[in-house]
Amino acid sequence: MNKSVFLGAMAFAGLAAGVASAGTLDDVKSRGTLNCGVTTGVVGFSAPNAEGVWEGFDVDVCRAVAAAVLGDSTAVEFVPTTPKTRFTALSAGEIDMLSRVTTWTLSRDADLKFTFVGVNYYDGQGFMVPKELGVSSAKELDGATVCIQTGTTTELNLADFFRTNNISYEPVPIETVAEAQQQYLAGACDVFTTDASQLASTRATFETPADHVILSDIISKEPLGPTVRHGDDEWADVVRWSYNTMVAAEELGITSANVGTMSASATDNPEINRLLGHEGNMGEMLGLDPQWAARILSAVGNYGESFERNLGGQSAIGLARGLNALWTEGGLQYSPPVR
Amino acid sequence: MSTLTDPPKESFRLSMLIYDTRYRSATIQAVALIALMLGAAWLINNTLANLNTLGKTISLSYFTETASYDINQRLLDYDSQDTHLRAAFIGLLNTLLVAVMGCITATVVGVLVGVLRLSKNWIVAKVMTVYVEMFRNVPVLLWIVLAMAVLIESLPSPRAFRGENPEATMSLFDSVAITNRGIYIPEALFSNSLGNLSLFGESSMRFDVSLDLIAILVVLIAGFFVSSKIRQRADRIQEETGDRPVVWWQRLAVVLVPFVIVLAVLGFHLGYPELKGFNFKGGTHMRNSLIALWLALSLYTAAFIAEIVRAGILAVSHGQTEAAGALGMRSSRIMSLVVLPQALRVIIPPMISNYLNLTKNSSLAIAVGYMDITGTLGGITMNQTGRELECVVLLMAAYLVISLSISLAMNWYNNRVKLVER
Amino acid sequence: MSDTSYVRTEMLEQREPPASTVGVIGWARANLFSSALNSVLTLVALGFVAYILSALIPWTFQSVWNAESLSECREIMIATWGSTHGHACWAVINDRWLQMLYGFYPSHLYWRVNLALVLTLAALAPVLFSEKSPRQMIYLTLAYPFIMPWLMWGGSIWNPISAAVGFAIVFFGTRHLTAMTGSLIAIIASVIAALLWWMAISAPVVAGLSSVIPIGIETVQSREFGGFMLALLLGIVAIGVSLPIGILLALGRQSDLMIVKAICVGFIEFIRGVPLITLLFVASLLLNVFLPPGTNFDIILRVMIMMTLFSAAYMAEVIRGGLAALPKGQYEGADSLGLNYWQAQRLIIMPQALKISIPGIVSTFIGIFKDTTLVSIIGLLDVIGFSTAIRADANWNGIYWELFAFIAVLFFVVCFSMSRYSMYLERKLQTGHKR
Repeated sequence: MNKSVFLGAMAFAGLAAGVASAGTLDDVKSRGTLNCGVTTGVVGFSAPNAEGVWEGFDVDVCRAVAAAVLGDSTAVEFVPTTPKTRFTALSAGEIDMLSRVTTWTLSRDADLKFTFVGVNYYDGQGFMVPKELGVSSAKELDGATVCIQTGTTTELNLADFFRTNNISYEPVPIETVAEAQQQYLAGACDVFTTDASQLASTRATFETPADHVILSDIISKEPLGPTVRHGDDEWADVVRWSYNTMVAAEELGITSANVGTMSASATDNPEINRLLGHEGNMGEMLGLDPQWAARILSAVGNYGESFERNLGGQSAIGLARGLNALWTEGGLQYSPPVR
Repeated sequence: MSTLTDPPKESFRLSMLIYDTRYRSATIQAVALIALMLGAAWLINNTLANLNTLGKTISLSYFTETASYDINQRLLDYDSQDTHLRAAFIGLLNTLLVAVMGCITATVVGVLVGVLRLSKNWIVAKVMTVYVEMFRNVPVLLWIVLAMAVLIESLPSPRAFRGENPEATMSLFDSVAITNRGIYIPEALFSNSLGNLSLFGESSMRFDVSLDLIAILVVLIAGFFVSSKIRQRADRIQEETGDRPVVWWQRLAVVLVPFVIVLAVLGFHLGYPELKGFNFKGGTHMRNSLIALWLALSLYTAAFIAEIVRAGILAVSHGQTEAAGALGMRSSRIMSLVVLPQALRVIIPPMISNYLNLTKNSSLAIAVGYMDITGTLGGITMNQTGRELECVVLLMAAYLVISLSISLAMNWYNNRVKLVER
Repeated sequence: MSDTSYVRTEMLEQREPPASTVGVIGWARANLFSSALNSVLTLVALGFVAYILSALIPWTFQSVWNAESLSECREIMIATWGSTHGHACWAVINDRWLQMLYGFYPSHLYWRVNLALVLTLAALAPVLFSEKSPRQMIYLTLAYPFIMPWLMWGGSIWNPISAAVGFAIVFFGTRHLTAMTGSLIAIIASVIAALLWWMAISAPVVAGLSSVIPIGIETVQSREFGGFMLALLLGIVAIGVSLPIGILLALGRQSDLMIVKAICVGFIEFIRGVPLITLLFVASLLLNVFLPPGTNFDIILRVMIMMTLFSAAYMAEVIRGGLAALPKGQYEGADSLGLNYWQAQRLIIMPQALKISIPGIVSTFIGIFKDTTLVSIIGLLDVIGFSTAIRADANWNGIYWELFAFIAVLFFVVCFSMSRYSMYLERKLQTGHKR
């Protein structure tokens, strides 16, 4: 009977503690942990392992920011969010940043008032069909039943695609990828459509992956990236450059293996020296210490390492880099100069 | 305040507001009202301040924008170029559809199981007990998901119907196709259709009613009306002369003959589903999501209704059963004529709350991708527009209206049964 | 007179009943094949049971218990039985069952959750098995609301103590001031004093005490709560907290004060009229908007608040039923003794009404407990949410039935035992004549 008031008092204590101060960076530093919004589980991007430790490509971005700001890549509170709750959680200040396969769009930028700090994965909406159907193009899908994950830009793209091509379809909206996969495998839908990366990672875990093809048609651009609130540019800079550091490091050849020796003594490459704090005061400009970038790289490695570990050859998924190769190798990943 | 508008004649002291029972209740009420208003003002003030910080305003104009998403299960016409409001309306109708279907099935199954649980047949009673306990003690969300999984995994996909020696064939003389995308049943078609009656013009609430259906209903109702007149006449003749004229064929004829004539005039025929391309075409498609939700909700609620029915039957005094037995009635007659009518009085109030629960549980439709109002207004529309406040408030209002209407209707029925009983 | 008698003079030997009415055959005849319809029903039921079991038993028992991933499971199945169809891969449960029970709760602190659960049962004993438990256990029940949150969330021991001190202030303040000032002023004064203590004084006192005598246990963030534990915690907190609110609402609904009644009826009907999922949307999307700018407390606490409000409305209706079931003589008797409203409620009405309502309260609890699964829809990793997260691990992607079977069994065990208890209570409370 007495619990109500006690909980009320607790709520009140939480209330007093939660009053936001001026800058997110200061908040995170004083709190000692980074609150990072992730998915409730997408293969390769974020999922808890058997020990309850979150792993994945998006999780690495959170860990990079925590390593830069707090010096400890494990000082992250992962907040699982759904497509519905992610933006509210961010705008209400429940999370400091969102790293959750979120597509950068104009309305999310301007209307929902978020800042996308970069694109950590260039994706596009694709289609997967069983090989036995003999379909080679999405335009041959007239009358097909299509499984889609709801709550994303996917269903809008799909409606537009079929309407503009003047073909009919039967949408089957589904909450989670896992259920969509089940329906698709049982033949309850002919086609499964979502971001091509998720199609590939889903297919990799099938009993017989070779029986399914991902069509070459990509019907939309889905630049996925970490997001912060509008109006806190210092914090946006910290997150942006934490991510850019990973890309720049791959370009400069810094890996988690050699970052120790490189940060111990200056090299003859001025950009590496600036990034690792031997020259200039890049860290100070961001409100961090000079070792920030070195800590990111020793914790999660560079962009390429993170990709290989979570999505690429070292994982069960085995995605090719594709658009996400460095610009020097014909891809789109490109970091502005650290200068 | 009301306490001060009517001051007493004798000297009034402020302490009387608390200690004088004449004033105390007024004081308490005034305090409660002020507290309520202050609380409401506080909430509204916070909301406005917060929305201001987020740079949002409360506006319903978003609902007249293009929804640009598709809905598979729809009772009325809709495409992705319609407004969000139209999508919400389609979702509302879907909610009502599954709720009505669920309530009917749950009642039928529940009454049956409730009676069978009291059966003298040991194994039937045990099987029913296991069913009731299994469904009552596992969350409905799990049942919905499992029902969907069972349908998907156990039924053949349309692909299995293809080829020279298909693994699956259509049932009932090639008229019904049972697939793991849903069940395709023949649809009623009219070659000389009267067209549709469009209500509410081009607005989001536009509602097309088939004139064919109306014509058939009118003819049927008129037929039943005339048939009941014939019965009354027969009753009257029986009272006057003692002989009852044979009228059953007249009564049947006045219902059936006009009905058949109307069907013939309208050119009634059945449209059978056919496998074309990826899917079956033609016929009425009852989607898996609807069937799974409907099955899970009605079986889950039926388990509760069975318990209510059982308790209601046990509440009827055993003397009633024995008395009816002494009159020489068969046990099925005792049940339907003596026990159930009396049990009804005990059964109806808890039934109302189970119907309400079923309707509210239908909001879990998103788990299987059935586009009810939670899936449209509270799902995709909310995601695409980012207007959480407006969407959630409208969603709650819609459910509140449905719930209150159900409880009003059922309470009215309950009162009627009570009066009859007295 | 001859000795001819038409009446038997000696008793016949008692004979065995016919073989068809005793033993297995007799039982079967009476209970399974008493009529043609019954025989058909029996055969149908037997066939149905056989069909279900023939599919379920091989799947359950011809299964793989040790594997690192689903693909490994499939390899083992192929090697052992030649096909992957019809065999369960329980290895996923073997791998993740602790997570599904405790969520992200630190594994070296699991004992705290277990202890809290044991304490819950112990604290409920005086209420549930009143005649069988020692009287002293009521002190544990009183202390439980402070110990349980401390065990779950951890932190300094001074936090729960300071919360308890506030209640002590109310209790002793009311008792001692009543003699001096009259009951109403005493209550108001001590409540204000307690509020003052909680809001202003306790924080520095706790901080001071913690620095001088730092007794405490490791703090656990509510974000780390998850799995089946979360369902239990949400259910217990919602029911525990909603009980007093429900009592007040039920009394308000019965009161003659028009405005108070209108507020209570409005609240109850509103909550009961909307689905829980919309209230959870409010918790996850809107509660922050309704509270003063800048306030922010975590999602588990927000969900607890909404679940509590939700169960309070149902609780109010259960207790209203209990109040209505009391004979009017009890109310009149209390009045005739000269008890005032609250005295009558406390001493006469509530003890009886609550006792009548216990089965209803238990079934409300079962309902709330099952409804906690809905939090997975707003992204909390309860046991269903965790099943999604587990399937997002590349090792276990594609696994389905095993996880849901495990969850269903968990819920069934807990809910079934509670409903059995509720039936036992109903029988115990039954005073009428059964046939």
